[in-house]
Amino acid sequence: MRPLSFLDRERTVAGPGFSRWMVPPAALCVHLCIGQAYAFSVFNLPMTRLIGISDSAPGDWKLQDLGWIFSLAIFFLGVSAAVFGRWVEEGGPRRAMFTAALCFGGGFLISAAGVYVHNIWVIYLGYGVLGGIGLGVGYISPVSTLIKWFPDRPGMATGMAIMGFGGGALIASPLSVWLMARFSTGSHIGVAETFIILGVVYFLFMMVGAVIVRVPAPDWQPAGWSPPARPRKLVTSANVYVYEALRTPQFWLIWWVLCLNVTAGIGVLGQASAMSQEMFPGKVSVVAAAGFVGLMSLFNMAGRFLWASASDLFGRKNTYFCFFILGTILYALVPNTGRLGSVGLFVLFFLVIISMYGGGFSTLPAYLRDMFGTRYVGAIHGLLLTAWSAAGVFGPVLVNYIRAYEIARGVPKADAYNVTMYVMAALLVVGFFCNLFISPVHERHHMPAVQGETARLAAQ
Amino acid sequence: MSSPNPTGTRTLQLILAWSFVGIPLLWGVLQTLRNALKLFQ
Repeated sequence: MRPLSFLDRERTVAGPGFSRWMVPPAALCVHLCIGQAYAFSVFNLPMTRLIGISDSAPGDWKLQDLGWIFSLAIFFLGVSAAVFGRWVEEGGPRRAMFTAALCFGGGFLISAAGVYVHNIWVIYLGYGVLGGIGLGVGYISPVSTLIKWFPDRPGMATGMAIMGFGGGALIASPLSVWLMARFSTGSHIGVAETFIILGVVYFLFMMVGAVIVRVPAPDWQPAGWSPPARPRKLVTSANVYVYEALRTPQFWLIWWVLCLNVTAGIGVLGQASAMSQEMFPGKVSVVAAAGFVGLMSLFNMAGRFLWASASDLFGRKNTYFCFFILGTILYALVPNTGRLGSVGLFVLFFLVIISMYGGGFSTLPAYLRDMFGTRYVGAIHGLLLTAWSAAGVFGPVLVNYIRAYEIARGVPKADAYNVTMYVMAALLVVGFFCNLFISPVHERHHMPAVQGETARLAAQ
Repeated sequence: MSSPNPTGTRTLQLILAWSFVGIPLLWGVLQTLRNALKLFQ
């Protein structure tokens, strides 16, 4: 027997009586860990004082150098999800989760070595490249498995997992702060020790998910459920091969739908604290702004589950229409909240906006399943996450540069975000039209039934 | 094969699996809510 044969897809096929409700916790084991990426910024300031301890000293790293760690990780998330998507799909979820655990946990351990020898390139390689690959492989690993277990509620199922990615930061942020405090002394900042603990804990936590995950047997269906006799217009029962999907206009329309929805959200997510203080000078303190950011994290997480679950009822296209119409209205109204001095309305608008940002991520896998079938949905999802990488650049750049431009031409800080809000609203209008043009994939892109069946059997 | 769980063991497995992910998540949510309350103080 091969030493790692327990990772094989055929070893993960569920036996009779296995409850499909064991699979969401397996997915959450991975997503709750890799969601740590959103909280990586808690290490930035401490890492600028590793030599000087109380203040930055000559030789200490600069914030702008440290910012590249997160950017690299998100870049490699998108790239690895795209490159390894097919391998993840065909190798099965356990092999992918194990690989993700090795990469993500290993990335932390290498980064700890980088902190110890004070070489930032080692951290770029550790957390940025290796950790980023762990993020990408881990992100897509449970998606198609969940969709196959929950053909009756694919939005809810994938929403649960992707909610975990939003929730991971809620755990990682206070945990990392506590660990750093625990290992810091008057002459030492405990970043390296925190990285080691997190690397080991995350590896073990993700391995629990890899052990309990199962794929359904080929003929399995939920009890009492059968595929609808007349499927919805935008829900296919055929499959599209992963690279054939790239040749369909639907893939690229959905790519822009995701990119524009994420661009609109990610830009303000990173600037929420500063924006709330600058739009309401004297009314929102630093502490209150931190509370606002915390609330946004909660709504980002909750939106991932609630919007994706709602899409099972209303359809994916309608759900995205809701994001684009409501988002446009809210973004266009945000400047008025500044003029009215209404902090409450400002907070309310952004909480709804950020819930739709999260919902955009979590509704996506089910949208892809509707358009391209279940066979290669994980791999196609991986390819589409490049839109996230692109939005990760567009969003913050748009917000930061427009604000800087407005201030440079004499606009008061309180009004410096108005143009940004209108630009975000305009992006969502473009997204609305991309979504509007999405129609069922033409039959010429479908895998022949025999080929699809052969491929499925070969993979299971 | 079906979704319902016929045995107590299966139910215990489900409780353990959901607790394993639910307890850390709940802790994170409570920590965040505690910080978020500062917005209203």
